[in-house]
Amino acid sequence: MKITKEQVEHVASLAKLSLSEEEIERLRTQMGGMIAFADEINTLNVASVRPTTHAIAQKNVFREDGCAPSYDRAVMLENAPMQDGECVVVPRVVE
Amino acid sequence: MEFETVIGLEVHAELSTQSKIYCTCSTAFGASENTHICPVCTGMPGVLPALNKSVVEYCVKAGLALNCKINQYSRQDRKHYFYPDLPKAFQTSQYDLPLCYDGYLDIDVPEGDPLDGKAQKSTYRKRFGITRIHIEEDAGKLLHGAGSTRIDYNRCGVPLIEIVTEPDFRTAGEVHAFLTMLRSILIYAGVSNCRMEEGSMRCDVNLSLRPGPDAPFGTRTETKNIASMSATVRAIEYERKRQKKVLEKGGVITQDTMRWDDERGLNYAMRSKEDAHDYFYFPEPDIMPIEVDDEWLGRIKASLPELPNARRERYMADYGLPAYDAGFLTGERALAEYFDDAVAAGAPPKSASNWLMSDFARLTNEHSLTWDALPLSPEDLAKCIALVESGKISRTSGSKILDAVFSGDTRTPDELVAALGLAQVSDEGAIRAMCEEVVANNPKPVADFKAGKEKALTSLVGQVMKASKGKANPALVNKLLRELLA
Repeated sequence: MKITKEQVEHVASLAKLSLSEEEIERLRTQMGGMIAFADEINTLNVASVRPTTHAIAQKNVFREDGCAPSYDRAVMLENAPMQDGECVVVPRVVE
Repeated sequence: MEFETVIGLEVHAELSTQSKIYCTCSTAFGASENTHICPVCTGMPGVLPALNKSVVEYCVKAGLALNCKINQYSRQDRKHYFYPDLPKAFQTSQYDLPLCYDGYLDIDVPEGDPLDGKAQKSTYRKRFGITRIHIEEDAGKLLHGAGSTRIDYNRCGVPLIEIVTEPDFRTAGEVHAFLTMLRSILIYAGVSNCRMEEGSMRCDVNLSLRPGPDAPFGTRTETKNIASMSATVRAIEYERKRQKKVLEKGGVITQDTMRWDDERGLNYAMRSKEDAHDYFYFPEPDIMPIEVDDEWLGRIKASLPELPNARRERYMADYGLPAYDAGFLTGERALAEYFDDAVAAGAPPKSASNWLMSDFARLTNEHSLTWDALPLSPEDLAKCIALVESGKISRTSGSKILDAVFSGDTRTPDELVAALGLAQVSDEGAIRAMCEEVVANNPKPVADFKAGKEKALTSLVGQVMKASKGKANPALVNKLLRELLA
């Protein structure tokens, strides 16, 4: 299946990315290759195979409810590009 | 033009777990910004979520309480969207295999305006379908400033259930009645505290209009940011009128997401989200499938308390309480349990109900108390009722005991009767003496009564009660005065 320029732009806008014309063209080719591979898989007959979402056959991996101390705020905020000592700060989000 | 309103709801309720859904950070409300966060709930690369078992149990519990079928094989999915309140850039949720589906609630819907404050109304019974209930994580809180937005991630990863209903509602009153019952059930089941003002229960309203009940559904809008029961009613009425106006002018409704502004009493369309439904869901590879086998399901079922509807029926059938009383008493689990305990301690059900609906409702309101934190034990309430009904104290004195206890007095009802001098004088000799004195000193009402003015007796009873400082047993006073004046 061929990927169109519009499809690349759509996915980019969902991911809030702005792409140059060259980037769009490069990604269009790459994504086309990925989809082609999926198409190839689609040609296999899997009528007798149960849908699988996990590579290992495990279920019910749980944690019992209970608290442990959280991380130090200053340490957590070190990862933010912008912060004010209490909160992560981002450019104003329009609603 | 007349239209039929069609409403469906999406209700989010935060679950009553101690810790978040995938990490051990606390879910407590009101902590300083970003003090309940860790690499897991802030979506740092390379972390692995560990699903909180109680989240699954609470969701199944909610499902059972809402008559749902349970998907015994279920899983989680990733729902992708890019917004700063969700640092992972996907919400771990459920897509095609929600834990619960196909449920319903039967509600007695009061007629008329739900906000007019009238207590007793006629009702009609209607069934509202519940499409599904699934588990997911909450997002962080955005604090909008002038030039920037600050983000508090404490709420990020707090476990939620999302309850999606069928488009079965036709009026704001139906929605109000449904949400009231839903809230009550979730609190009863211990699944959520449902505090709308703290955001632990939130409701999005999908609303459309159509020319009549047989017409196809119209285009719907979704209204968000509704923070109370009454705001839900206002937001629905506003959106209904707005759509009606558009349609009457020949316009078309666009499928917008509206934000409700309760202070200004209006809504406005949020930034167009035409792409927003491209969530690219796929199965969450980091969480293993969830299998609720029969044994586990049975244990969850057994842990459900008696729910408000069943309790309501029981109060009416076993105690002969009026529907209004039964509805009031079962409104909150703590209140219903208090009532049950008082009855078990010997209080006549209707008396206990009357005291709870009058004095207790007033006092909890005055002292800002919740039903699970009453200063008087159910046994002591039964005691107070017995004191009144045996004639030892008056009903007014009963209220005085409650006033004292609710104001912090820790003495028992018996001690308070003695300390406040509330014991009624039922000594016939003493009361007869007072009656004789009053009759002697009040010739006018005496003459009036003898001339057939029944009302004059009230004034004489009042005089005796005054002379006894309110302690005389009024029934006895009445009887003795009638004897003296006969």
